[in-house]
Amino acid sequence: MAEWFQDNGLLLGLAVLDGLSSAGLIFLVAVGLNLVFGVLRIVNVAHGSLYAIGAYAAASIGIFLTGLGLPNWASIPTLVLSAALVGAILGPLIERFLLRRIYAQEEVVQLLVTFALFMILEDVQKLVWGVQPIHHDTPMTMLGTIDIPFGQDFIPFTNYQLFVLPGFAVVTLLGLAWFLRRTLTGRVIVAVTTDREAATAMGIDAAKVFLLTFTFGAMLAALGGALSSPTAALVPGIGAQTIVLSFAVVATAGLGQIEGAALTSLMMGMGRSVAVYFEPEFEVVVPYIIMVLVLLVRPQGLFGVTETRRV
Amino acid sequence: MTATLSRREALVAGFGGVLLPATLSAQPAQKPAELKIGVTTFLSGPASVFGVPSRKACEMLVDQINAAGGIAGVPVRATFVDEAPGTDHLVGEMRRLVQSEGVNVLLQSISSGSCLACTPLSRELNKVMLLWDCGTQRIFEENRYEYAFRTQGYGTPEVLAPLLYLLKHKPDFRTVAVINQDYAWGRDSWELWKAGMDALKPGVRVVAEMFPRFGSTDFSTEITRLLALRPDVILSTSWGGELVTLIRQATERRLFERSTFVLPVAEASLPTLGRTMPEGHIIGTRGDHWNNHPAPANPELFRSFVNAYRQRNNEYPIYPCHHMAQAMWALKAGVEKAVAAKNGGWPSDAELAHAFRGLTFPTPTSTITLREDGQGLEDQIVGLSTFNADFGFSVPKDMMLYKGETVSAPVGQKSTDWLKTLKPDFVASAGRSI
Repeated sequence: MAEWFQDNGLLLGLAVLDGLSSAGLIFLVAVGLNLVFGVLRIVNVAHGSLYAIGAYAAASIGIFLTGLGLPNWASIPTLVLSAALVGAILGPLIERFLLRRIYAQEEVVQLLVTFALFMILEDVQKLVWGVQPIHHDTPMTMLGTIDIPFGQDFIPFTNYQLFVLPGFAVVTLLGLAWFLRRTLTGRVIVAVTTDREAATAMGIDAAKVFLLTFTFGAMLAALGGALSSPTAALVPGIGAQTIVLSFAVVATAGLGQIEGAALTSLMMGMGRSVAVYFEPEFEVVVPYIIMVLVLLVRPQGLFGVTETRRV
Repeated sequence: MTATLSRREALVAGFGGVLLPATLSAQPAQKPAELKIGVTTFLSGPASVFGVPSRKACEMLVDQINAAGGIAGVPVRATFVDEAPGTDHLVGEMRRLVQSEGVNVLLQSISSGSCLACTPLSRELNKVMLLWDCGTQRIFEENRYEYAFRTQGYGTPEVLAPLLYLLKHKPDFRTVAVINQDYAWGRDSWELWKAGMDALKPGVRVVAEMFPRFGSTDFSTEITRLLALRPDVILSTSWGGELVTLIRQATERRLFERSTFVLPVAEASLPTLGRTMPEGHIIGTRGDHWNNHPAPANPELFRSFVNAYRQRNNEYPIYPCHHMAQAMWALKAGVEKAVAAKNGGWPSDAELAHAFRGLTFPTPTSTITLREDGQGLEDQIVGLSTFNADFGFSVPKDMMLYKGETVSAPVGQKSTDWLKTLKPDFVASAGRSI
């Protein structure tokens, strides 16, 4: 074992650095899905579309503003503002005119409706942005690279990958934890998550909480997309790729668990990057192996609480 | 009441079922009011980066052909079907196109999986099927089809030509890594490359084989590993958004300064990449139809196709547009040949299929011959990437042309078996500079 670490320790170090940025991005998308799932109890397949539209919108707005002479430093705040804009517009629209009508429906109906919405939004993306890859990498290129020593060699990493993505994830995690535990609105959301009936009976307006939570979840999905846009080329289908992994994080973390989502994202991000170095064939399945192993031991998820069934 | 069937009736029914469609297809055919073509391509999902431009090219050519009086006096009408929902859906749609829509000729598909699933339908439906873009070598190496023809090259020449170019221009490389998409093309193209490389330059060490999930949007980890390994050559047959992402992330992290990239399918991504594509790496286009082709066979036709497409769509045509055009030109040449063979009469499906076998049709850049097994022989042009301000993106320089018949496996031989028989001196004789 010690010999293996001596041979591969440096590679493992690189894998950890790669895993951090990957985990950051996974967390940003999955935590929004987890929040929506925890409060609304709806498996929102269209969360992937919000991610994709956030990415497209951020790239388009970035390209447009760059054309107007926007200074490079403003490109990162532009990502955040684009995501907020997408969430603030689409979130209330979807919740008010679609989801509100199906809260009382069976889960399978809810799943089908959000899937249909996902398909519709996929076509909307093609209508608006076409099918050719779109990219806007100013936020990544302006920050440059940093050379990480690797034995006698060095490995260039982008500062965006190494610092910005994990940084946003940490800020989101801490901000969310503070918001949910230290503010009145956050506590109301937690109350509805924990026991919707009791919370409503005590006078909490569940409809408002649902609207607020869904809008916030939509913003987080769009933020994940916006932050991925400087590194990835945007093409039709990016939303579908993201949503599957996000579901795995939510299932593994446990219903509505923010810290659980962070830890699970870290495990999955690290797991995937370690696999790329040592067993690339397993890269795709590592997150799902982690999910299966966790659910075998804790069916309610890593941080989930066993729910009692009311009769 | 139970219906019973005598042995004789069963035999008659069986023979009827087998022979009747073929007999009907050989009957004298009436000149149709329209030549209906059913076109399968990706209209959604990641591969729509190829499918949508190909549809635009098809629509433009149909308009042009009809404006000029149609094919043999018959106007053409195209119906498009999306490949994205999968092969089961596509098989059903193809049957519907022929049996309900009365389609005369089928043009299929981009995905190798689609082609493998749907080409056998050409037998069942007895309809001419032109494979316009898919690259798998297995179609005509594992089966014989009377009604199916591929109007372009395929995986073997498309991978072998860049390999030959590499061996000619950078013969001293000792290590190779591959990063391909994890699906049929990614795996098959690596198998073809490996077989050719082991035969033409034995002893090259493969330091990494990576097949990231199809549709990946981040290659940071793979790039870090490649930076650490420092292979002399990195092969990637990836395409679309994934290739754009890989190149951008690798450029930003200076991987292109450490290794020579070989990108056989780069052409379609170059307009998107603009100035980002680094200089001096090996790029291919799955054929010979580069926008800066220095000596096309018919320069006027080449310019008119490119300019008409640009005017209509405000973008340069990429290789799937050229492949679609090849299928349309083959269709025109095949139908006209069959009509001429009947002294102006309209051919049956069997007669039309007969006309396609051995057909040589002109393209703006060269000619393509559909040989006896149905496979088209398309020339390949490979070069080194260089930014061209006139285009606003990279195009190849120091180009070499490889004739289709030189870099394709001979009829009756499997590609991997044939590649293993190649000798190192093949590198010097295989291509010519243009």
